Amino acid sequence: MKLAHLSARMAAPIAALVVAGLTATACAPESSDNSGGKDEKSGTLRVWLFQEVTNAPKEKVVDDVVTAFEKAHKGTKVDVQYIPVETRAEKIKAAFNDPKSAPDLIEYGNTDTAGYVKDGGLADVSEEFTDWSESKDTDPTAKQSVTVDGKIYGAPYFVGVRALYYRTDIFDDLGLDVPKTQEELISTAKEIRQAKPDLYGLAVGGAYTYGAMPFIWSNGGEIAEGKGGSYASTIDSAAAQKGIKAYTSLFGDDNCPAAKCAGMGGNDTVTAFASGKAAMAIGGDFSHAAIEAGKVKGKYKVVPLPGVKSGEIAPAFAGGNNLGVLRSTTHRTLAVDLMEQLASKKTQGALFDAMGFLPTFTDVRQDVAKREPFVEPFVKTLGAGAKFVPASPAWSQIDASLVLPTMFQEVVSGRKDVEAASKDAAKKMNDAFSSAG
Amino acid sequence: MSRMTDRPLPGAGVAAAAPGPLSTAVGPEPVKSAPSGAGRGTPRPGRGGPAGRRSPLARGGWTPWLYLAPALVVIGGLLVYPVYQLGLISFLEYTQAQVSGGEPTSFQGFGNYAALFRDEQFWQVLLATVVFAGACVVSTLAVGCALAVLLTRVRAVPRLALMLAALGAWATPAVTGSTVWLLLFDPDFGPVNRILGLGDHSWTYGRYSAFALVLLEVVWCSFPFVMVTVYAGIRAVPSEVLEAASLDGASQWRIWRSVLAPMLRPILVVVTIQSVIWDFKVFTQIYVMTNGGGIAGQNLTLNVYAYQKAFASSQYGLGSAIGVVMLLILLAVTLVYLRLLRRQGEEL
Repeated sequence: MKLAHLSARMAAPIAALVVAGLTATACAPESSDNSGGKDEKSGTLRVWLFQEVTNAPKEKVVDDVVTAFEKAHKGTKVDVQYIPVETRAEKIKAAFNDPKSAPDLIEYGNTDTAGYVKDGGLADVSEEFTDWSESKDTDPTAKQSVTVDGKIYGAPYFVGVRALYYRTDIFDDLGLDVPKTQEELISTAKEIRQAKPDLYGLAVGGAYTYGAMPFIWSNGGEIAEGKGGSYASTIDSAAAQKGIKAYTSLFGDDNCPAAKCAGMGGNDTVTAFASGKAAMAIGGDFSHAAIEAGKVKGKYKVVPLPGVKSGEIAPAFAGGNNLGVLRSTTHRTLAVDLMEQLASKKTQGALFDAMGFLPTFTDVRQDVAKREPFVEPFVKTLGAGAKFVPASPAWSQIDASLVLPTMFQEVVSGRKDVEAASKDAAKKMNDAFSSAG
Repeated sequence: MSRMTDRPLPGAGVAAAAPGPLSTAVGPEPVKSAPSGAGRGTPRPGRGGPAGRRSPLARGGWTPWLYLAPALVVIGGLLVYPVYQLGLISFLEYTQAQVSGGEPTSFQGFGNYAALFRDEQFWQVLLATVVFAGACVVSTLAVGCALAVLLTRVRAVPRLALMLAALGAWATPAVTGSTVWLLLFDPDFGPVNRILGLGDHSWTYGRYSAFALVLLEVVWCSFPFVMVTVYAGIRAVPSEVLEAASLDGASQWRIWRSVLAPMLRPILVVVTIQSVIWDFKVFTQIYVMTNGGGIAGQNLTLNVYAYQKAFASSQYGLGSAIGVVMLLILLAVTLVYLRLLRRQGEEL
């Protein structure tokens, strides 16, 4: 009787206590341990590569490497999975969160390097990379894309770079010369628009950051300067502002109307060119297939994007992917070995033949340019010195919160002038640099 | 007793319409009511009793908890715990680096909130979200209620057609709906511009026209819920009431305002609160139709802002802070709304 009486009064508080107790045990949200530790010399190696639009040729190249690898390492199996590019961020984050089911080796976009390193996901392979005989021919920009604070976190897999696509038939028709300077490029674009008002002279996009950056870089501007944790944005410097002015002058009824072009991204400009709506576009070597499949097949050529002075090439953004070993791997030696095999000169050459991916080794790249004249302007562009985004973990934050597209769009839509827009962008970037460390 | 005979109570005054002396009519009253009044005061034999025998009542107080336990556990697990975690994470520096163990988790106090409130853009986005959600709610309710009334006035075949069309819109996934609307209004290929003869006018370039376009899509995909619910409510209203109203010569609008709306009040409250919550949290339509927030972020709403600012770059702490702020705003709006209704004397 007494007990029942007691429990009546106590039930609610006890329930509350139990709930509190349950939650208290899970008080701080979890952190996973990615330190790995073991280095087994046999077993199964798990590899995640990106699923390409037409993946079969890539699979074949990879399968050949894997077969040779399994033969050379008795008792080792390699399990390769192809993950969709659209959901890679979630997958790779999930892998960092759950080291037990994570792969040993991954392919990743080179702008993510600094972020993944800060997340504690990638293993430092500086020693192995330096000892690797083939690494001395790696192009410096590609090497920069696997380097954070002087340490190397992977092997460059391939690079992607953009150049100027133009319509040969329209240029012949109007008797135009291929532009040799940035100024000529802009005036040629406007000339074409005037003669053919239903075409964009040069298709540009307010959200096409990597199409706009060459204008800033060729004028001597930079996104940010500094090293490691202490980056400071220089997007509002006089040189950078000059580049922003040049790029945004292409938006308007005399080339690419702001109402349509302000919202366009890189793919939209390539689609406009492929469907015959633009006389010129800034597209990548990876856009080749899409343009070949469009209306303009056989009616276009590619040249490096001209710089400020005649004969100069505007520095392009060196996009591309890397391979990296996860810090949580329990097969470190094997995984690094497989990484070197998958990113070797031989494999990259085969991958170019299969997929058209540009190799990251300067000598291999020159070889393939001889075999396939189409890539020549892209190789030339890379040879002239491509640029990379700041190797800061803040970059993914800056990218996700659309700092640069917002800046271009503010100028293009007349909301702010170049100075105000670039100052605001610099402030946002500096906030991100200081908060992400 | 003298007071009563001198001045009858107001209630007794009505009874005075019946013939007979007041004093005799009122006189026996207290005597009659005496036993029932006493009955309330004294404990009934079945209940209560001496203090030592109160345990069955106590046991009765304990049993409901037992029955409620499964529901409480589920609610605790599915609602309270996540909200608690949301609140907790909003006070921490918690990014991908902390989740995957690259850096230790640290307590930030109100740091995330301070960072959020310092951001000018947050206030602009908040204002835009409130105005936009308000416009969406009003439009959705107006369209939904109007069509619900229409449903009760048309024959079976048009009613079926309207129902099916509405259900089709309801069943369309938001991404699909948004993409189709965008295509309809496309400057180059869209039929709307061709029919209206607008040339290559871009609907998503201007801030207000972009918001208006999204509003149309939001209304299109959320009015069916209001329509079906209100229609069901109207069917439950006795037809005599409506007949009486129309016999009195009330117009359609007058019937809605003075008869249907008051009778449907509980339903309208539910659909309004639902709409407020949905429209305040709109994400897909803005994200798809304005390409992630429009030109220079002009069409950002709070949810898309939170996504870009926090979740896309794995700043879960900041994202949670935005989530908590949204939760508080929605709670406040709902409470104020319910309070206003209470004050008007309506029990829900």
